[in-house]
Amino acid sequence: MTYFIDRRPNAKHKSAVNRQRFLDRYRTHIKRSVEEAVNRRSITDMERGEKVSIPTRDISEPVFQHGTGGRRTIIAPGNKEFVEGDRLRRPGGSGGGGAGEGSASDQGEGMDEFAFTLSREEFLDFVFDGLELPHLERKALVDLDEVRPVRAGLSKEGVPARINIVRSMREAHARRIAMRAPIRRALREAREALEVEENKDPVLRNPARIDELRAEIERLERRLEAVPFIDTFDLRYNNLVNQPQPSSKAVMFCIMDVSGSMTQAHKDIGKRFFLLLYLFLERSYEKVELVFVRHHTAAKEVDEEEFFYSRETGGTIVSSALTLVDEIIADRYPPGQWNLYVAQASDGDNWDDDSVTCRDLLIRKLMPRLQYFTYVEITPHAHQALWEEYESVAAEFPARFAMRQIVEAGDIYPVFRELFKRRIAG
Amino acid sequence: MTRRKPIATGSDWNFEVLAEFEREIARLADEYRLDTYPNQIEVITTEQMMDAYASVGMPVGYHHWSFGKQFLAVEQAYRRGQMGLAYELVINSDPCIAYLMEENSLMMQVLVMAHACYGHNSFFKGNYLFRTWTDAGSIVDYLVFARKYIAECEERHGVRAVEQLLDACHALQNYGVDRYKRPSPISAAEEARRQKEREEYLQAQVNTLWRTIPGRPSPEALGGGHDEEDPLGLHEGGRYPPEPQENLLYFIEKNAPLLAPWQREVVRIVRKLAQYFYPQRQTQVMNEGWATFWHYTLMNRLYEEGLVDEGLILEFLQSHTAVVNQPDFDSPWYSGINPYALGFAIFSDLRRLCEAPMEEDRHWFPDIAGSDWRETLEFAMKNFKDESFIQQFLSPRVIRDLKLFMVVDDDQEEMLEVSAIHDERGYRRIREALATQYALSVREPNIQVHSADIRGDRSLTLRHIQDSRRPLARSVYPVIRHLHQLWGFPVHLESLEGEEVVRRYRWPLPEEAERA
Repeated sequence: MTYFIDRRPNAKHKSAVNRQRFLDRYRTHIKRSVEEAVNRRSITDMERGEKVSIPTRDISEPVFQHGTGGRRTIIAPGNKEFVEGDRLRRPGGSGGGGAGEGSASDQGEGMDEFAFTLSREEFLDFVFDGLELPHLERKALVDLDEVRPVRAGLSKEGVPARINIVRSMREAHARRIAMRAPIRRALREAREALEVEENKDPVLRNPARIDELRAEIERLERRLEAVPFIDTFDLRYNNLVNQPQPSSKAVMFCIMDVSGSMTQAHKDIGKRFFLLLYLFLERSYEKVELVFVRHHTAAKEVDEEEFFYSRETGGTIVSSALTLVDEIIADRYPPGQWNLYVAQASDGDNWDDDSVTCRDLLIRKLMPRLQYFTYVEITPHAHQALWEEYESVAAEFPARFAMRQIVEAGDIYPVFRELFKRRIAG
Repeated sequence: MTRRKPIATGSDWNFEVLAEFEREIARLADEYRLDTYPNQIEVITTEQMMDAYASVGMPVGYHHWSFGKQFLAVEQAYRRGQMGLAYELVINSDPCIAYLMEENSLMMQVLVMAHACYGHNSFFKGNYLFRTWTDAGSIVDYLVFARKYIAECEERHGVRAVEQLLDACHALQNYGVDRYKRPSPISAAEEARRQKEREEYLQAQVNTLWRTIPGRPSPEALGGGHDEEDPLGLHEGGRYPPEPQENLLYFIEKNAPLLAPWQREVVRIVRKLAQYFYPQRQTQVMNEGWATFWHYTLMNRLYEEGLVDEGLILEFLQSHTAVVNQPDFDSPWYSGINPYALGFAIFSDLRRLCEAPMEEDRHWFPDIAGSDWRETLEFAMKNFKDESFIQQFLSPRVIRDLKLFMVVDDDQEEMLEVSAIHDERGYRRIREALATQYALSVREPNIQVHSADIRGDRSLTLRHIQDSRRPLARSVYPVIRHLHQLWGFPVHLESLEGEEVVRRYRWPLPEEAERA
């Protein structure tokens, strides 16, 4: 007696819970790997999972086992030249012969590393672990220039392509019932009258009345047939209205100071910050473009690799970067169609007279067009002129301008969270 | 014999074709008088197979991170292509559940049906170990119960607490089995026994309570003072437990002073499952050998009758050869003796020496040489485990074919010694040594509960009886730490060589104990 059961439609991922348990248990190990991965990867390259390795000894499940030593007897297959009484060197000793290493195998020493792959979601969970990703409401995204047609019930006018057949037929049906009802009633009455008349005694019959009734019945039947099956009056069309839509496109400008005072550690911190902002924007918009602008005394648009890893020296003029951003916006990203975000990372150095220029540039030109401007200053030291000028910008645009100081990598998440928390409140 | 038309050709399969093959295999199996549980054949996807694999073949399992780890390992190996996925997976239950993987070819499906649904299945039903130790009819129900119970515990006491407890139990699960004593049958009397156990448990609690209060010294002890160490006679009444206990988890479940009732039940669940898998660990060679022998026999019969075509049988032979391949000890692919190869060789040779015995066979196996092969194989399958099976049936012919040889590795000698090879003088010794190699009692260190100091500091003492001076591996510390967690009081482990204690382990470690 045998049954075949097709289990394929059954739930997969029976082990999902166990997998999660495992990930939770080795959270610290995995976080370490993930952090390394974040540092290593390009910031647009967060779409895949990550391979994670954990030292085998950390996750072993211990049981009582025999150790090495003592006297052991091993039976092994494939004897070639040995005869009884042969004496062999221990394998691994002087590398002699390699004979008899059957001994090594039943004491299975596994690989040193237990490696597995995190899925993308799991990976991002670990990236954002401990970080409340701020939930930016869509209505907070200000520009409503884009529209999208959405369904909005039915209308009596429209183009043939949008006819709603079911609703049209239903209307036709209702109309037919409504229009036929009085005719039918009259018809029924006429027939009954005719029957009464015909059943009368022949002497009492009124032939003229009968003819009249017959003619009436015929007329009514014609009228009944004349009720159209479907009429233009019945037609219903799916109605579409244009709904204003938050723009689904965003562009994120990353501005970083690459002057000599910015070390690689500074840049890494900046990179983390940009990464977070990028991932965050990506969750809110269908399309996110990145523009990298680096500057020392002059600003330049570069690709990501160069942005993060090339070394420059020299002084710092921040306004050069802001000017360039302004030009790029005017050139390629009309504010009506794009949500514009600017993230700036710097160690706070700026050529003194330039800070005022920056403030004016921001207040007059950039801020009115931007969705949000974040400035992070990566420095353990006291603030300089740039910070003070920016503070006045923040006072002018409290909802859209945010600035924070970051001292070390650990500050990034809290700072990031704080920045976007404030945004929700405002 | 008239050759019939092949049931199907090519490598695609569908349910009708599978059912037809299954009927034919069933007919042939019946001809060979294979007695099986009803089959429940489940077709599953690759991912489901990995799930099943990760939960060590339990159709329903409780949640634990180690299964997740297993799953990740299987998945990773599979993705990398290091491992062909489970050739077959079969569960010792009634009905016997076997999995067929969706993406296997027709040949593989037929092969797995012959191997699992008739080979393993009849082994589960026939072998004495499975008959005594497992109850195929109730295992799935028990697994469902276990999963539910542990889930409830997690809700009530937190995932972390349950996980730690399971970690500790898993470390000891190989010692959760009665090795030398037969278990009482799990049966319909289950419920009644449960009830009784609960009573016993309550009673034990009371007893333990009383035992912890030092008894009033007896007048003789006071007057006589015959024990210098124990003038008040606090330790009189002998050691507890009076006999060494091999089943550590059972001892914990019944005696650990501080465990809560739900914790005892969890210990019991792990113990029961260990018990369920115990026969499988002891009959690997036989079980796989038996199944392989039957898939080989049945597939060949199908071919003889023309039910499968040349293409399929060639594909089968290639796969079969790979399964029973035994790399030589010096091959880079060598990883111990392949149980499929050894078991298949022994069963095949058993059939040969029944059907066409030679002089040597009559000398070595006077009882069975020339007997009815089907009965002899049935007898061998039913009444042995790996250890005794090899001891009984490993023939000189198989030793020669596999070119088995014996090496003695003694850490007191500078060199290894080849002490026997496949010749007249060596057969018996090789056979004996190989049998010993498969004895669980030799594969796993022999550790038993020696005493629990119920009147003193409540410490637990275990004894490890060394086998051929082999010491314990370093994993002993994490394991006794787990044991300490269950017992709640200090744990000592003495390693004995003969009568002499050669090594002591303890947890907590002395310095930590002082600090505490």
